[in-house]
Amino acid sequence: MAKSDSTNLPTVDRRTFLQVTALAGGGLLVGLSFPDVLAQRGGGPGSGAALLPDIYITIHPDNTFTIIAKNPETGQGVKTALPMIIADELDVDWSQVKVRQADLDPKYGSQIEGGSRAIPSNYQNMRLVGAGGRLLMVSAAAAMWNVPASELTTGSGLVKHAGSGRTATYGSLASRAASVPVPDQAAITAGLKNPKDFKIIGKRTRGVDVKDIVTGRPVFSIDVAPPNMLYAAFEKCSAFRGKVVSANLDEIKKMPGIRHAFIVEPAGQGNNAAVSGVAIVADSWWIANDARRSLKITWDEGAIASQSSVGYTAQAKDLAAKNASAPPPPPPAGGGRGGGGGAAIGDAEAAFKSAAKVIEAEYFFPFLSHAPLEPQNATAHFKDGKLEIWSPSQIPSLQHPAAGAGIAPENVTMHLVRSGGGFGRRLVSDYDTEIGSIARKVTDERAAQGLPSVPVKLLWTREDDMGHDQYRPSGYHFFKAALDGAGKLVAFRDYVPSTQSVVPANEFPRGFCENVWVISTAVTPFDVPTGALRAPPTNGISFVMQGFVDEIAIAAGKDPLQYRIDLLNSPAGGGPTGGFNPARARGVLEAVRDMSTWNRRGQLPKGTGMGVAFQFAHAGYVAYIVEAAVDANKAVKINRVWCAVDIGRQIVNPSQAENLVHGGFVEGMSHIMNWEITIDRGGAVQRNFNQYQPTRMAQVPTDFQVKFLQTDFDPTGLGEPSLPPAVPAITNAIFAANGDRIRTLPIGKLGYRWA
Amino acid sequence: MTYTITVNRERHTVDVPERMPLLWVLRDTLGLKGTKFGCGIAQCGACTVLIDGRPARSCQVQISAVGARPVLTIESLPQEATHPLQQAWMELDVPQCGYCQAGQIMTASALLTQTPNPTDEQIDTAMNGVVCRCGTYVRIKQAIKQAASGRKG
Repeated sequence: MAKSDSTNLPTVDRRTFLQVTALAGGGLLVGLSFPDVLAQRGGGPGSGAALLPDIYITIHPDNTFTIIAKNPETGQGVKTALPMIIADELDVDWSQVKVRQADLDPKYGSQIEGGSRAIPSNYQNMRLVGAGGRLLMVSAAAAMWNVPASELTTGSGLVKHAGSGRTATYGSLASRAASVPVPDQAAITAGLKNPKDFKIIGKRTRGVDVKDIVTGRPVFSIDVAPPNMLYAAFEKCSAFRGKVVSANLDEIKKMPGIRHAFIVEPAGQGNNAAVSGVAIVADSWWIANDARRSLKITWDEGAIASQSSVGYTAQAKDLAAKNASAPPPPPPAGGGRGGGGGAAIGDAEAAFKSAAKVIEAEYFFPFLSHAPLEPQNATAHFKDGKLEIWSPSQIPSLQHPAAGAGIAPENVTMHLVRSGGGFGRRLVSDYDTEIGSIARKVTDERAAQGLPSVPVKLLWTREDDMGHDQYRPSGYHFFKAALDGAGKLVAFRDYVPSTQSVVPANEFPRGFCENVWVISTAVTPFDVPTGALRAPPTNGISFVMQGFVDEIAIAAGKDPLQYRIDLLNSPAGGGPTGGFNPARARGVLEAVRDMSTWNRRGQLPKGTGMGVAFQFAHAGYVAYIVEAAVDANKAVKINRVWCAVDIGRQIVNPSQAENLVHGGFVEGMSHIMNWEITIDRGGAVQRNFNQYQPTRMAQVPTDFQVKFLQTDFDPTGLGEPSLPPAVPAITNAIFAANGDRIRTLPIGKLGYRWA
Repeated sequence: MTYTITVNRERHTVDVPERMPLLWVLRDTLGLKGTKFGCGIAQCGACTVLIDGRPARSCQVQISAVGARPVLTIESLPQEATHPLQQAWMELDVPQCGYCQAGQIMTASALLTQTPNPTDEQIDTAMNGVVCRCGTYVRIKQAIKQAASGRKG
């Protein structure tokens, strides 16, 4: 099939909503100019240039269709899901479609894989692209047959006229479609399908790269191999942001197979920066990496070398001892969800004094590394002052490799490459900055020797990856809750000594309790790089909040699931904030109760229990019920899992959606049992999977039921919401099984293991 | 040093250091990128290939130790994906990121050769060394069972 390269296409400068371009040979390109894309262009790099059509669909004469996948793919399935939306509205068969990954280009607008935003941000626009293309085909057929467009129908890439029995393929209409009047936005919107007529959206659809994956084709970032490529390994200080003072580069350069060895100076900003280190470049990555064993580097570790997890914990406990009973600082901070701040609603301290029952608990969750299975890497070629880069980033940006190479961003071309997992790690592009710097240095050194430039692949080891992450922040929570004589929650307090942790100012049960104080104090100094892991901030907060809410329900002598519903039914203290819809939360709780054996849990054998938790995260609502058995030796077996999900009225690809729920739960199991990064001498202690064991097959329940509620709300994403409540659902099940309330993670260090 | 190895039924002569692991000979010298690097210490199983029909962590096998034993990688399976495991993987849409799947499929292929109709416990035991960070285990297990039984999805 013809491969189109958008950079070589004829351009049109019609500032129309729909963009149509005829192709030599009879094909047609269709795209939309979205207002947000146009707005982004204003003032940005390249603004004022001729407007390229935003090309999403190529209609080929043989009636096949190439559809652009605009966002990078890290395993959530957007490379399949977004083209599915276009194809359905275009009214072609999925088997007629070939998907092509977009390069990074402003014409596509935001090309980010993160925050479970790909579906909600693009759903409507992708529909409009497809519908616009379909209307063009109808217009072209109407003109050709001289019949009213209203008499025409479409399907499987055909326009049909029932009255005369005529049909025409889109491919045969493509040339004519280039000259028919282009429908405006109102007409396209009016031409959208009724969702009940969707043929592709909502159908289980295999990922477009699955065949390549099961045949071992080179589809991942690590597999990119342009001709004459060299390989780089990069040694950094074990203490974060430590600097090279000196290194035995001359010795390294003399080793067999080594082509280059040099110091990389810091470049770029924040977590996206390349930090100081030594790069070794060879014909083979293994040779480059093996030479690291011969490196002798003098490091300036910097002030962070005095920081440790032990110190952070001691400081948190000290802060809690001093502040956990202090009133909130004035003025009361409303606090944005995800922001700092806190909450000061009512008078929690007064309520504690008059309560029938008060409970307190300390919770803790550790730093986590993302540990995507593909270690960080990127490939780049610096040539004639320009950089071409193949990046696995979730937030691809020209800025970072440009900063590394010391050139302007407009001199960077970026290809987006499938990556072996993101989980938030690749929201940060430090490897792009590093390869920018390394690729330039290699080209410069070769030029000095009269040699042509070559591409270079930078690949980190697992130890590099785990030791130079932006970690999920650790959290310390000192809770206090008050119940009245009927078991009603009347006051709730959470004191958070923060290691850049996000303070759950808007989190349930806020909005359902008259007195809620959430107060935070920073642990300082704190210089560990932290960042977003799948479902921030609730990936840790759900554990503590849904764990402590469970404790409150038990203290009240109530069914923990019904207690949550009762709270959701009784807004108080200003009601819910942060976009939280209690009816949807109640919906997933009731659904998971009804699909499970929750109401018969009293019949479970001794040592077996059921736990429940729900979470509002990234616009989605997810509730789990878990049945777990725990033996006397603390071996945990998860017997059964039920999950109810509300991410709106439309599940674009149910296959991948279900898969992401499985994955969220399995990741939660890793968080619970073994995952913890501790800091010593300013660096990460755990550096590989032997110290950071992920969940394995034998531990995973096969009895795993998932239900999507499909409520009448706009579709939202699922990469993230499935993870957070898995953690407290399991720890609450452990409590139900053996009476041990889990308040600190991971539980492997408490003597637990998987059965 | 020069070594002659048999990979996917073809003989290759490579000139590499004797300590170089088979993984990197496959990937960087022979250009067979299907076998993946995940941890370098035999903890994740992403680099699993078959040596003499048995699953081996190619990151731990030095080139000098391979000898005449036949090596099979994911690329040895039909490129049209007609192997029962490939078919089951496709029908059940197993992968998320997909990075571990070559190691999963090669491990499963050795299992089914040895044990054509494995129990759940036999599958768990055989597959436990191969990590799927995305957590597609439910489907991997289903796919192995489907391939074993010859059922079509």
